[in-house]
Amino acid sequence: MGCDARSVAAAVVAAAGVVGEHRDELVRLDQAMGDADHGENLRRGFGFVVSALDESTPDTPGAVLKLVASVLISKVGGAAGPLFGTSFLRAAGAVGAAEELTPELVSAALGAALGGVVARGKAELGDKTMVDALAPAASARGADIPTLLTAAAIAADAGAESTIPLVARKGRASYLGERAIGHLDPGARSVALLLRSFANSAMGL
Amino acid sequence: MKKIINNPADVVTDALRGLAAAHPALLRVTRDPAVVAWAGSPVAGKVAVISGGGSGHEPLHTGFVGPGMLDAACPGAVFTSPTPDQVQAAAAQVDGGAGVLLLVKNYTGDVLNFETAAEFLDNTRTVLIDDDVAVQDSSFTAGRRGVGATVLVEKIAGAAAAAGADLDTCARLAEAVVAGARSMGLALTAPTVPHVGSPSFVLPEDEVEVGIGIHGEPGRRREPLTDASALVAALLEPILDDLPFVAGDEVLLFTNSMGGTPLLELYLAHGIAEELLAARGITVIRRLVGPYVTSLDMQGISLTLLRLDPALTDLWDAPVHTAALRWGM
Repeated sequence: MGCDARSVAAAVVAAAGVVGEHRDELVRLDQAMGDADHGENLRRGFGFVVSALDESTPDTPGAVLKLVASVLISKVGGAAGPLFGTSFLRAAGAVGAAEELTPELVSAALGAALGGVVARGKAELGDKTMVDALAPAASARGADIPTLLTAAAIAADAGAESTIPLVARKGRASYLGERAIGHLDPGARSVALLLRSFANSAMGL
Repeated sequence: MKKIINNPADVVTDALRGLAAAHPALLRVTRDPAVVAWAGSPVAGKVAVISGGGSGHEPLHTGFVGPGMLDAACPGAVFTSPTPDQVQAAAAQVDGGAGVLLLVKNYTGDVLNFETAAEFLDNTRTVLIDDDVAVQDSSFTAGRRGVGATVLVEKIAGAAAAAGADLDTCARLAEAVVAGARSMGLALTAPTVPHVGSPSFVLPEDEVEVGIGIHGEPGRRREPLTDASALVAALLEPILDDLPFVAGDEVLLFTNSMGGTPLLELYLAHGIAEELLAARGITVIRRLVGPYVTSLDMQGISLTLLRLDPALTDLWDAPVHTAALRWGM
């Protein structure tokens, strides 16, 4: 079975479940360095996404990603809404009107998602942000989608872990200076969780 | 967690219902997306002044909606910036045809969401508020935070708009307030966010968090709890050194409670700040004392100084009628 709109929508719904399961963990990570809203905002946002997908499943993978983007941008607020929303919007643009995703399109989508986050948030690698997970994930390669997404998820996990010793240079954690050292960046963690969930969904296809 | 709430997820919605009930003649409160607008808006030919931000800082921003100040405020979830559709809905409600001034506290989320909204709006100007001297090196951070000066910017820009100033003039005056205002805060306790249920950080009985923001995010450093005179001086010195404020300056002194500090202590702190300023030859000609930019139930204070000139002073004195600030009308 190919990776069509229905399977992308199912992967998004599964990812929403993962976000819900990790809500408290993400809140705790954000509580340590920020304002303790990340887990709740992401849970709230993906809850709206699931409701929107319940009402109608768009025809193409790109249209599903675009729907996710518009819901996250219009309903979440904070930094996560525009940044995660922009990443899905750029990913949607990269896959265009294709009926089914290919490894090349997934790779292009990850690259575009990274480009969007960097353009909106102006963060660079090593600033202790979601970019530290998304950038290595976007460089991952694979002959098929499950292999590619698994490699991306592993790279994102390592990237998220790499934020622990860093000083934050963007976002609310940047106010902490050296006191941010020793904490995992919640945005990088949620990128890793989403990619792991997408990889698991792809393996079930 | 002990709070007077029903469902933590409904705190903002439920509070907005109460705000509307408390000020039926003054405010027009709409939901989905949430906007608090002045009932008298739009005023044809007047610049519309809009602000917004996460909830939990009340009376900021919804308590400053009314004639002479904000035309509309967009309340986000607790400590979370509003969404672009809220800002667009607010602009659609209150734009009187003379343009829209967006007053935005400098936080990553607020900047991103207002920026997105502005892309969909015609004839807007955005002014970023970044008065917190606790954030020192802006080249390696998200930049200074918008804190106490927000109230002063909203009052003065709102007064200019009410007096018929055009969009560029309103924006220039708002920028002048940002340029001349500096703030710093400290906390004795952390706030408890309703959807979290536990304090955002734990401070021992004998320590204070200096350089605190307004979101329960930790400050720059912890210090032993000393007496009020030393605490006030620890806030005032970095403020004075930063602009810098010098002998002969005429200023507005804003002594703010973070929500949990009683007025008894707040006036005590204000009195010390006035004495310290007098000793430096700085003349306080206007004051604001009270809980205006809060962080839920956090105990703590912030001080904001604004260097005044006759034009800014006149705009500060101009009539205003909002839920939280009212004089002259």
